Amino acid sequence: MFAPDIILAAVLNGLMTGSVYALIALGLTLVYGVLHIINFAHGATLTAAMFAVYVAQATLGIDPYLALLPITLLFFGLGYIVQRFVIGPASHGEDRNILLVTLGLSIVIENAMLSIFRSDTRSIDVPYAFESIDLGFTFLALPRVAAFGVALLVALLLGLLLTGTDTGKAIRAVAKEKTGAALAGIDVAHIYAVTFGLGAACVAIAACLLMPTFYVTPRAGNAFVLVAFTIVVLGGMGSIPGALLGALFIGVVESLCGLFFGESLGQIGIFLIFILVLLVKPTGLFGARA
Amino acid sequence: MTMKTEVSRRAVLAGTAAGTAALAVPGVLRAQTKTVKIGILQPVTGALAYDGQQGQIGAEAAIKAINDAGGIKSLGGAKLEMVFGDARSTPEGGTAEVERMQAEGVVGIVGGFASPICLAASQAAARYDLPYIVDVGVADSIVTRGLKNTFRFGPGFGMVTKTALANLAKLNDEAGKPAKTVVLVHEDGLFGAGLAKLMQAELPKLGFEILDTIAHPTPARDMSNIALQIRSKNPDLVIPSSYYGEFALLARTMQQQRIKPKGIYAVLNGAASNYRFVKEFNEAAQFVMDCNHWHDPRKPVAEALRKQVEASGKFWTYNIPLNYSCVGLLADAIEKAGSTDKAKVTEALAASTYAGHIMPYGPTKFVDGQNQGGAPVNTQVQGNDIKVIFPSDFADAKPVFPRPA
Repeated sequence: MFAPDIILAAVLNGLMTGSVYALIALGLTLVYGVLHIINFAHGATLTAAMFAVYVAQATLGIDPYLALLPITLLFFGLGYIVQRFVIGPASHGEDRNILLVTLGLSIVIENAMLSIFRSDTRSIDVPYAFESIDLGFTFLALPRVAAFGVALLVALLLGLLLTGTDTGKAIRAVAKEKTGAALAGIDVAHIYAVTFGLGAACVAIAACLLMPTFYVTPRAGNAFVLVAFTIVVLGGMGSIPGALLGALFIGVVESLCGLFFGESLGQIGIFLIFILVLLVKPTGLFGARA
Repeated sequence: MTMKTEVSRRAVLAGTAAGTAALAVPGVLRAQTKTVKIGILQPVTGALAYDGQQGQIGAEAAIKAINDAGGIKSLGGAKLEMVFGDARSTPEGGTAEVERMQAEGVVGIVGGFASPICLAASQAAARYDLPYIVDVGVADSIVTRGLKNTFRFGPGFGMVTKTALANLAKLNDEAGKPAKTVVLVHEDGLFGAGLAKLMQAELPKLGFEILDTIAHPTPARDMSNIALQIRSKNPDLVIPSSYYGEFALLARTMQQQRIKPKGIYAVLNGAASNYRFVKEFNEAAQFVMDCNHWHDPRKPVAEALRKQVEASGKFWTYNIPLNYSCVGLLADAIEKAGSTDKAKVTEALAASTYAGHIMPYGPTKFVDGQNQGGAPVNTQVQGNDIKVIFPSDFADAKPVFPRPA
């Protein structure tokens, strides 16, 4: 049996890991809620953003936290352009086409990364990487605490954007009923692209928060996106609070399962919950009825 | 009887194929400088791509060096021509490429990297009696299947573990036995789990107490829990067997959690003898020891190759000298055989006493396909460099153990 302080430390670790999952799940759930498709390119986008952070730091010497704003804007722009000019036109009005296009995009992005950066594992060294907060029974890594704070803030801002701004209202209108929204004068193609851009921006923020403590390879993003998908289902497809709380919950479950059953089985808890949710409440914790 | 019919049928088939090929080849080709095709098999895409790319660097450098030095002299200076195959990090990928290389007429194949790829690819090559030289794959089963075509230049798993344990005991004794307790951390695949099992059986015999054995998956996103467990056990030694990303994460997390065991002693670790690790996590990497493949620092060719690789902006890893040496070994066998006949090359490999390689092994001597001299060395990260600390006859540094607080 583990001492209580180890269990408490594992819970804190889980919350911090979960906050990064939350950012990735937010992007996934937003795109699902509005476009009604699973964005298969989400993992590849995360990888691309992580490489962007790496390049910014390694070649230009820009700190990941300073790079957060420009990289987020850049990925918002890229997401917007890709949806507006590639995915949208290629879908010909069929949702399943969008699915295939994002799958194709993920293959293209991953292989582009492989060809540019080779399959090497890369990481960045920042002076504060080993700074930590001493809680007496454990040390909390400063970059991970920062990631936790920023992730909560971003979720809050995203929530405010959706409820308080005209763009947010338009996004919600398109999510509910796109024909009706179009009749009310909302540019659906524009809103789709904005949503896709926001999804990409979320993973760009996640990448900036991850890189001070993590590494990147051309396949690094995928490990996160599978978990993020579970979170989206758990929290309810398209639900922002669902994604946030689901992510923190999954983070803690993974951490505790890892501690008690061994790291190799840590994922079992996640997928048991996934199956249980599908069986008992298929709409997820916060999901609306389909 | 059945065997005999089969062999003769194969021989007939082969004869027919050769005859057809001879008919099909126009005279132009024969007029050009003769080339000898050799297959280089590496996983350059997929999960093992980094190692595959490193291996490819070594193989290409060797082919260039041999050709620049006049090619295969017993074949009138015939140049080596590389037929490259991407094993795509899977055994099936490796097998498919062996078939293609055979169809393209290679004399032998070098590479494979991972044990599962080496097992499958050498088996596929065995069906054509095509010589296969394993570059890295450490699974002992690679050379215990009785395949006549398969040769392993480097040490196998059993040899590496034996050396690692013997050197660990020696290291600890020389320092006055500061380490008594151990925590094993290993990845949960064939490699890590197998190694941990051997360690669990052998370490108590050497007087070490194993406090805990912690498995983790590859890839792992977070090592915090493992660090927590290590801290609660407070061992003298941590013995990790993981691939690059996970060990780098573990070393970082341990440092960030201020966990400072007396030593970190890795075995066949993906990071501990990798210059990228030393460069990017210098502080966390200090005094980490590894028991792994390593070039012979006494050999000028090895050091020159290392400088050349580093000048091109690449990191030096053990894959490079191993593949460089394996290609040299195959070329030497072709030279001795004086022929591109597969059976003659296999014979020459089996009788090989090749000393021109750049590993610390001595001349090759194969028994049932395993090079008897193949052995790992112990390295330690000291400052910005990776130093050899065992065996003492060519070590370029003294071990720092226990590590300074």
